[in-house]
Amino acid sequence: MSDDTVSADADNSRRKFLTMATAATAAVGGAFTLVPFIASWKPSERARALGAPLEIDLSKLEPGQMITQSWRKQPIYVVRRTPESVAKLESIPDLKDPQSEASTQPAYAQNAMRSIKPDFLVLYAACTHLGCLPKQYFTQADPAMGDDWPGGFFCPCHGSKFDLAGRVFNGSPASANLVVPPHKFASDTQLVIGLDADASEGVA
Amino acid sequence: MAASPDSVTPNKGGFRTWLNKRLPVDEFMESQLTGYFAPKNFNIWYFFGSLALMVFVIQILSGIFLTMHYKPSEAMAFDSVEYIMREVEWGWLIRYMHSTGASFFFIVVYLHMFRALMYGSYREPRELLWIFGMLLYLALMAEAFMGYVLPWGNMSYWGAQVIVNLFGTIPAIGPAIVEWIRGDYGIADSTLNRFFALHVIAVPFAIAFLVLMHLVALRQTGSNNPDGIEIKAKLNEQGKPVDGIPFHPYYTVKDVVGVGVFLLFFCGVLFFVPTFGGLFLEKPNFEPANALSTPDHIAPVWYFTAFYAMLRAVPDQQMGALLMLLAIVVLFFLPWLDKSPVKSIRYKGWMSKLALTLFAISFVVLSYLGLQPAEGIYVVLTRIFTALYFAFFILMPVYTKLETCQAPPERVTYHA
Repeated sequence: MSDDTVSADADNSRRKFLTMATAATAAVGGAFTLVPFIASWKPSERARALGAPLEIDLSKLEPGQMITQSWRKQPIYVVRRTPESVAKLESIPDLKDPQSEASTQPAYAQNAMRSIKPDFLVLYAACTHLGCLPKQYFTQADPAMGDDWPGGFFCPCHGSKFDLAGRVFNGSPASANLVVPPHKFASDTQLVIGLDADASEGVA
Repeated sequence: MAASPDSVTPNKGGFRTWLNKRLPVDEFMESQLTGYFAPKNFNIWYFFGSLALMVFVIQILSGIFLTMHYKPSEAMAFDSVEYIMREVEWGWLIRYMHSTGASFFFIVVYLHMFRALMYGSYREPRELLWIFGMLLYLALMAEAFMGYVLPWGNMSYWGAQVIVNLFGTIPAIGPAIVEWIRGDYGIADSTLNRFFALHVIAVPFAIAFLVLMHLVALRQTGSNNPDGIEIKAKLNEQGKPVDGIPFHPYYTVKDVVGVGVFLLFFCGVLFFVPTFGGLFLEKPNFEPANALSTPDHIAPVWYFTAFYAMLRAVPDQQMGALLMLLAIVVLFFLPWLDKSPVKSIRYKGWMSKLALTLFAISFVVLSYLGLQPAEGIYVVLTRIFTALYFAFFILMPVYTKLETCQAPPERVTYHA
């Protein structure tokens, strides 16, 4: 702005302040306008409603078997472990996080079995590396996995290996154990995914 | 009619004069094409910029026609693509044009980037030109990834799962970001629908804008050339570079020949091997998305496999993701890592020549390794070549200073 366009008595500092204040107000308004657009990407009411707790009947699940159910778009593995594999879980070597201290599970599943009942294991079927489905290799010393294989899961995408408590073995790209979703037993054979065993009031 | 000084002879020039008073057509032609001088020693490597622009146009055109039949929903996406392939007249051609175009886009862009590496096109004063190019590369990666999700095949689904989960490795806010990107608790209809919106509107706009910025920055500095010397340093009496020739007609005509040759390759693939043996369109993607079944072997399309290999080479997910990110970010810093007194590889010393050769080999080998299962010797090789990839950048300030370079010529030279 050249000087001759500004009258001699103009208060330039006042003018500069008002210009800055106007611009700042507009910027704040602009930033708040972003909120609905960003928030529109969050799960919708419908998606949240469809994410309600899921009941699974376990009465037909035999030891050594696994069923896969879908909860919140994610497959959930429910494994009924055999007594032999439960016994073996105490002494599995070469685990990254044997006590599940750096892994995600509800407090009631942070134990040696990573479960409420020793024989029933409930897991998100998503590799903690990048979310592929680990495949079941429950047979001990499975020829594909080697002689010392104690039975567990193998992720075909990037080769992560997990034991029958979903604990990750050393040398896997995944660094945490498979995640245990919130779950509880409504009765001996009725499993509920999405409700916590201790505090049953809500989804974790 | 009032006679203004400009319209004393109203018929002179006719339509062209009329037009140019209202739209600066001639001025634009002069400043951007006929009066824009490019170095006269361009070689075959200089085709790929204009070819990238042409592939972009192919993608936009074929993409527009695909959206006329495609349905971006979980329930209908896969079937609508099969419908395009089987029932829409010439639909198979348009769809294969788009999928082949994606792979050729990366072929052309990788060759274009390698040219910049060889001749030092990223060096001062072209740092911003290089950065706009890198941003284009990032936008292209986003565009290609989201486009690959749209057919909703099983590889689409699991590819989306793996890539979106990469954001989950961000400390603390990762899981929340992943849920926000997906709009659901898993890869779902909401994810597909928003990827469609981004793929057909948002990212193409961003790419078009970046292409414009890339070209404006190029016009400002002028093109580099295989000798890596500034043609603006030697001007004739008219103030034009003595080693330059007008972009139009000389390079427009040359580029048209390039387009012809390119189309021979492009159409060869399009007509005879559109899936390129599973490399351009992977086999598991001809099955519908299935949240309960991971394909036995997940690999992205070939143009991402070098980075994917690096991701898998690290036995820690956060470090793996970080390494993959670094592999791309480090390219942005290239203009400041190269301390050589000369730009072109022709006049650099043996160390730079060796480094660039090893880098190119590493990228190709990593791309191959990313397609292989992550086990045994493949993991070992991936780690070795990942180290070589990064050594190119990390050691660059050292070897570009240590080596003895030849003096570049005063004027541009020609090689067969």
